[in-house]
Amino acid sequence: MAKKLSRIGMALLAVLLVAGLVIGCGGNAATEGEEQNQQGGSEELSGMLQVNGSTTVAPVGQAWAEKFNEKHPNVDVVVSGTGSGDGIAALINGTTDIAMASRKMKDKERDRIDGTPKEIVVGRDGLAVVVHPDNPVDSLSMAEIKDIFTGQITNWQEVGGEDAEIIVYTRDTSSGTYGFFKEFVLDDQDYLKSGRATASNAAIANSVAGEETAIGYCGLAFLDDKIKGISVSKDGGEPVEPTLEKAKAGEYPIVRDLNMYTIGEPEGLAKEFLDYGFSSEGQAIIEAVGYLPVK
Amino acid sequence: MNKKIVRYYEKGIKYVLALTAGTSILILFLIFFFLFREGAGVFAHVNILDFVFGKDWSPVSEPPVFGALPLIAGSMVVTFGAGMIAIPTGIGIAVFLAEMAPHSVREIAKAIIELLAGVPSVVYGFIGLTILAPLIKDIFNLPSALSAFTASVVLAVMALPTVVSISEDALNAVPQDFREASLALGATKWETTLRVVLPSARSGLIAASMLGLGRAIGETMAVLMVAGNATLIPHSIFDPVRTITADIAAEMGETVQGGLHYQALFGLGMVLFVITFFINLITDLVFAKTSSIKRGASL
Repeated sequence: MAKKLSRIGMALLAVLLVAGLVIGCGGNAATEGEEQNQQGGSEELSGMLQVNGSTTVAPVGQAWAEKFNEKHPNVDVVVSGTGSGDGIAALINGTTDIAMASRKMKDKERDRIDGTPKEIVVGRDGLAVVVHPDNPVDSLSMAEIKDIFTGQITNWQEVGGEDAEIIVYTRDTSSGTYGFFKEFVLDDQDYLKSGRATASNAAIANSVAGEETAIGYCGLAFLDDKIKGISVSKDGGEPVEPTLEKAKAGEYPIVRDLNMYTIGEPEGLAKEFLDYGFSSEGQAIIEAVGYLPVK
Repeated sequence: MNKKIVRYYEKGIKYVLALTAGTSILILFLIFFFLFREGAGVFAHVNILDFVFGKDWSPVSEPPVFGALPLIAGSMVVTFGAGMIAIPTGIGIAVFLAEMAPHSVREIAKAIIELLAGVPSVVYGFIGLTILAPLIKDIFNLPSALSAFTASVVLAVMALPTVVSISEDALNAVPQDFREASLALGATKWETTLRVVLPSARSGLIAASMLGLGRAIGETMAVLMVAGNATLIPHSIFDPVRTITADIAAEMGETVQGGLHYQALFGLGMVLFVITFFINLITDLVFAKTSSIKRGASL
């Protein structure tokens, strides 16, 4: 009886395998056909598009992908938020079609790419310096922020707070936010050694929300009532609070471009996807996610 | 004719088994080979002593600096801390289970402790981050709970099943005669356990401890989540540290294949490989030494 059952099982397995093979081949054939259609200007798209990189840009990519997928149900857009460095490395290693980055591509990275990378600015984002809501410090100058993150200032007392050691949170070296902050705020000086590296914007927000003497930075989109965004003054000017409106008006100083990179001019699916991103609907999504649209 | 088939059959089985055994060894050598091939390049740029004893790990500075000492120290501190917690606790639990607990309790407790080994490490990390860390922060009144200590506690829980189950096996392997002889001479149960059973099981207990440490030093995900990840040589157990494994996991994604940073991370892998190699070597030597003593003792 058991033998008979196992024979039936084997037969079923064989049928499944053959069916899988046939379906698999069929799928491929369809993809090839569709790709030809695409070049011919047909509206029915299909295939797979890999989008990889910055955890800051990923919510935009994800939201675009969902809406794009509604319009073109045969297209699989796979969005992974790994980090700007990871995304660019994936572009260089040939494992992604579009790299998302919250910083500029470095020359060293450009040299490694087989072809010319095309930079597309899809939106802009303000970066907030955040502390615990109980922290009495409300505003800092750019110079003070730089000194805190490079380790020149180590006690809150030095910037008008309580007598307590400052606990600094930064991001992994693969983060574009890390890179941008280092270049833009720290004048390319190194972060202090005791800075604690975290894996994402959300992780920084979470850590700062739980620790009274902590400071960190994250995208404006990640601000909520559990953490306090510090008002920032530049060159002796008035402190400006980190809000989308102030960033849009050009008053808040720490603002960066959010980029997507392709090798060469975007083609095929990548082009369709980016065109959608620059449509009024795509740009509205950028605003809904909490960033500044470019159009 | 039939005999011949049986002989081929036997031979066939032998070769298949030899092949599987050979494959596992081959895989180990390939890992070894690729680890060193990918990582060796970094030592053309950085002196090997500077790499191991350098105090500055700044892989994305211009120019990059690769000094792995903070990471090695981080791994050591976290592993040592985990060992300090897991080894005495684990052996204590094993003694209770093997010597004192009634049969029914022993079976249930063993099953539960071995279940701990099946929990994915990211779950430990998550619990450590959301529940344990705030608790430790409040208890010790620390400004931040993400530290070597928190990581040690999480790792200790993860290493515990290994230590307990191997220690318990070692205690059970001590012949019943030893206990009976000791009790017959008038020793109490506690004296018997402390003076007779534990020393007899010494080799197994050391092996259990070493394997527990091996489990702790190789762990990545949970440590990455709770250790704080500062590239700083820790001065206290409450300082944030970054371990070798956590650094590789955090930085590997952004490296370009064949680049200096990539090679440096493989160099870190080599350092880790050498450390775990020595831990295993010590375990093996202890085993080999005491098993011959045991043979002598039983004669």
